[in-house]
Amino acid sequence: MTLLEARGVSKHFGGLLALDEVTLSVQSGEIYGLIGPNGAGKTTLFNLLTGLYSPDIGAFFFNGEKLIESKPHLVAERGIARTFQNIRLFGNMSALENVMVGRHVRTHAGVLGAVLRDPRTRAEEASVRSRALELLQYVGISEQADDLASHLSYGDQRRLEISRALATEPKLLALDEPAAGMNATETAELKDLLETIRDDGVTILLIEHDVKLVMDLCDRVAVLDYGKKIAEGAPQQVQHDPAVIEAYLGGV
Amino acid sequence: MSRWEKLKRNPRTAWVTSILLAVLLAVLPFLADSFLGRSWVRILDFVLLYIMLALGLNIVVGFAGLLDLGYVAFFAVGAYLYALLASPHFGIHLPFWVLLPLGAGVSCIFGVLIGAPTLRLRGDYLAIVTLGFGEIIRIFLNNLDAPVNITNGPQGVNNIYPVSFGRFSLYQTHQLFGTNFSSVYNYYYLFLALTVLVIFICMRLQDSRIGRAWAAVREDEMAAKAMGINTRNIKLLAFAMGASFGGVSGGLFSAFQGFISPESFTLIESVMILCMVVLGGMGNIAGVVLGVVLLVVLPEALRYIGPAEQALLGRIVVDPADLRMLIFGLALISIMLFRPAGLLPSKIRKREFEAEDEVKAQGGAPA
Repeated sequence: MTLLEARGVSKHFGGLLALDEVTLSVQSGEIYGLIGPNGAGKTTLFNLLTGLYSPDIGAFFFNGEKLIESKPHLVAERGIARTFQNIRLFGNMSALENVMVGRHVRTHAGVLGAVLRDPRTRAEEASVRSRALELLQYVGISEQADDLASHLSYGDQRRLEISRALATEPKLLALDEPAAGMNATETAELKDLLETIRDDGVTILLIEHDVKLVMDLCDRVAVLDYGKKIAEGAPQQVQHDPAVIEAYLGGV
Repeated sequence: MSRWEKLKRNPRTAWVTSILLAVLLAVLPFLADSFLGRSWVRILDFVLLYIMLALGLNIVVGFAGLLDLGYVAFFAVGAYLYALLASPHFGIHLPFWVLLPLGAGVSCIFGVLIGAPTLRLRGDYLAIVTLGFGEIIRIFLNNLDAPVNITNGPQGVNNIYPVSFGRFSLYQTHQLFGTNFSSVYNYYYLFLALTVLVIFICMRLQDSRIGRAWAAVREDEMAAKAMGINTRNIKLLAFAMGASFGGVSGGLFSAFQGFISPESFTLIESVMILCMVVLGGMGNIAGVVLGVVLLVVLPEALRYIGPAEQALLGRIVVDPADLRMLIFGLALISIMLFRPAGLLPSKIRKREFEAEDEVKAQGGAPA
């Protein structure tokens, strides 16, 4: 079943054509890799998908329905969560508070509830807290729950960002270079985590430069170059595509 | 950890402390009256009024991180609303229990109206636009006396009716338990009750889903959006809540003073309220309260500087009015130098400054 579909998405920045009629589809339950040289438009695609920018032409369809443009919070509500290439945590809040913010979109307490603290609000707060703790445990950083997000190690910050995204109960998790700056051990751990997340029913859209990780992990891969999709398919297939070798992987 | 956290863990100590604090606050005007004079009870009233006002601004600046330099506009809206609906100016006299929520509601609407066009702005740009809006409101009040006289222009509104509950007017002196409660005492207890309510609301808001969303917007707006927070609504909510507190304090100010004019709502007022918030500790409720106490009490206390100079030096060397403002300014500067995060910084602000120091310490030593 197709979970996400991009149909002829284009985006200009001034004279620069960042994305040129990109069409791709992500199947439910797979890990879909998005690779390509720097500046190929991968992050732009993420920003369009999550509503931070709106496409000039084309649109995204999620679960068969068109995503409304430029409304990031509605995209999150529909079930797409993301992480950022340059980690964007709430640095001066604790790890636990970061994940609790992720629960915002699935909870309802308003001003009146906050002030009166009625039983329903209290129950909701308790569930937000326990779910956030669970998620910290899930990604393996529950011991750092009360630490400041900005004080965590680099790898743990990446994990925290993933757990914060998971707190929004996404159907699709979009990860922008989650392994950047990680050593081999951390990358291996990350691979295990992403496989667990996939096995638990979350579809993953992954931008990554670590070719080995992408080839090991992804069910399908799309390659972008200068805003155009130049290849799509199973990792082995893409790996031997002459256009991809020319543009990105390089000769052996 | 801190004494305060230990206190919270021990319910008995917490109860005893609260009761002692309540008794102290209840007898405070009597103490001030007998030791310092009647004028100090009036100063206490102003301290409470400004606490409500500053806590409103604290929601906008401290919680949501939106720098608002025109906050006094909401104070003005609340004050004028009360003045026009409870004075001989239009010959209307609505009861207090109608005016209080009405003031909150109308200011709230103004908060949204002024907040809406500024939503895309951040930091310095937001500050400048809010400053402009603040001035626009004041200039409107100054000029709305023609062609139809609404605000009575620069002359302001006179003879504003004091707060009264039925026949019980706070303006009159009442006898209770053989003690005379004059006007300043009556207002003290009314303001105290409302201040406690405002503090309670702020504390509950800060530690809630809404409070976390405000903090998230403050920390990183783009990430907050991506996490599903409707940043437009959550920022407007901060403006609206802050404005309604400002409006309530404005109404109380009107009733307490009995006279208002546009002069009370100048830019310098906005700046002073912001100073109270920043100096005390942005985002921390106790810090803001301390900031207000200091900034209201210090200039008053410095009025004794003239007599002190006379006694000490035998003659007036420097004009006491100048010296007073000089010392006040120096005090503000030294507080910000020695406690850059404020007197009682919030958890978050404290961390921020500590983190900066760490970076400085690490980068300070040349490699």
